[in-house]
Amino acid sequence: MALRDLLAPKSEIPAPVFLGLSLFAIATLFGGWCLLTYGHLVRPDFLAPPDAVALAGWKRLGNLSLLENIWASLSVIMTGFLLASVLAVPLGVLMGSFQAARALLEPITGFMRYLPVSALIPLLILWIGIGFEEKVTVIFLGTFFQQLILISDVSARVSKDLIDCSYTLGANRRQVVTRVLFPACMPGVMDNLRVTMGWAWTYLVVAELVAANSGLGYMILNAMRGLFTDVILLGVFTIGILGLMTDTLFKLLRRVLLPWSATF
Amino acid sequence: MPTLTIEDVTVRFETKGRRPVTALDDIRLTVEDKAFSVIVGPSGCGKSTLLRLAAGLFDCTSGRLALDGETIRGPSADRGMVFQSYTLFPWLTVEKNVRFGLSLKGLPAERQKAVAAEMIAAVGLTGFEQAYPQHLSGGMMQRVALARALANGPKILLMDEPFGALDSQTRQLMQALLLDIWEKNHKTVLFITHDIDEAIFLGDVVHVMTARPGRIKKSIPIDIPRPRAMETLTSPEFMAVKREILALMHDEAVLADRSAAGG
Ligand SMILES: Nc1ncnc2c1ncn2[C@@H]1O[C@H](COP(=O)(O)OP(=O)(O)O)[C@@H](O)[C@H]1O
Ligand SMILES: [Mg+2]
Repeated sequence: MALRDLLAPKSEIPAPVFLGLSLFAIATLFGGWCLLTYGHLVRPDFLAPPDAVALAGWKRLGNLSLLENIWASLSVIMTGFLLASVLAVPLGVLMGSFQAARALLEPITGFMRYLPVSALIPLLILWIGIGFEEKVTVIFLGTFFQQLILISDVSARVSKDLIDCSYTLGANRRQVVTRVLFPACMPGVMDNLRVTMGWAWTYLVVAELVAANSGLGYMILNAMRGLFTDVILLGVFTIGILGLMTDTLFKLLRRVLLPWSATF
Repeated sequence: MPTLTIEDVTVRFETKGRRPVTALDDIRLTVEDKAFSVIVGPSGCGKSTLLRLAAGLFDCTSGRLALDGETIRGPSADRGMVFQSYTLFPWLTVEKNVRFGLSLKGLPAERQKAVAAEMIAAVGLTGFEQAYPQHLSGGMMQRVALARALANGPKILLMDEPFGALDSQTRQLMQALLLDIWEKNHKTVLFITHDIDEAIFLGDVVHVMTARPGRIKKSIPIDIPRPRAMETLTSPEFMAVKREILALMHDEAVLADRSAAGG
């Protein structure tokens, strides 16, 4: 195949070429890492080499501490994310389609979504303490308001004709909301839940910043004190892989739950 | 007995920061029972506004619309509507789409299935019952929309440029299909289009509308015998009516152009 095919916008390329390019990118990154560390271009306490990270992972898998940390972080993220989603999906759908709901929610949401969650941590500690609840609240606050805005946009984009058409088929207002508006929003809701799930992971370290004694964020922060870059990288990779797994799970879920909706 | 009566209906849209638009100005119209009535007019003359009033999707500024003498207040399954845009529910199969209105009424599932099968057959989509709308062509989607509206057994069928988004071949097929169904059930239809050929081909009567403000300029009975077919489009009667409507709409276009230039 010619180079010009690669450079044409929105044109298909053969699957092997696609895979090859992806592997090339990963290999380059990994190669660069190897070169920097094994080539003694940087000091090991600045950047640990791959085998040190693998060894750190192996040890922590052996004594189960890695799994404990994963579990601690997962339970925080999942609880916070689920609580946020359970509230944000219905409220967002209503906010996008009912002026009254928009009037009630928009000012608060518009204000809250730009507030760095870390700025609220002192207040959260004062109000909720330093336990599991505080960490969950950080994840909740980091995702809820973003979800609300994104889902209200999805709801606002549902075509007026679809709603009007439902009325002419005999639907009342309640049926229009439950049987048309909500299902019509579902693909957009799923896409945005997937996106905000990714954001929830990015709040993990912030959530475990204070008084944590387990969790991947805690593991990273703790390793920083001793400049254990192997453990820091292990934590980073673990979060990345878990994030990738939840992302794939969401893609799968969408395909199973919404087979009628085109995916890309 | 006349079905739908439109009595001195005026609609004015007040948009903040803009001059109020008189979309419909004192419209008086009777849509006869069991007749195929067509309104033709340039785009923006208020056709959709009029149809949405008949559907009960909003209220007129003044005047009254009534179905069988009963003032129209809000939408109802009595008045089925087919839109120009694709309005199938993408999460429902063809069959479930067609059953939607019946399921709202709480009809027994067996009855729903029977009616849906009958309607799907009428629009020639037997075999596609379990397909989702995303796998259908535009023409097929509009056929399902028609079947869905008919399944409710409405007193009147309101159609707002239902074939407007289709290519011309598909559009002709759809017109023939619609007439075919109509010859069998003689449902009262109010059909809207900006396409003069379509209006004459389908209608028992064609009401010519003018723009700004939207008014009915003339109602022309179409005496071309039925069943109509492709040859109808080139018959002398067809040409005569077409010439008349073209002249009416041309006068209007010239006027509108002048007033636009002057204002
Ligand atoms: N909701 C609305 N608010 C303000 N103006 C409107 C609204 N709906 C329609 N109009 C105006 O009314 C006129 C008639 O619109 P419409 O009935 O859609 O015309 P048609 O269907 O014949 O193309 C247009 O000038 C349009 O801009
Ligand atoms: Mg229109």
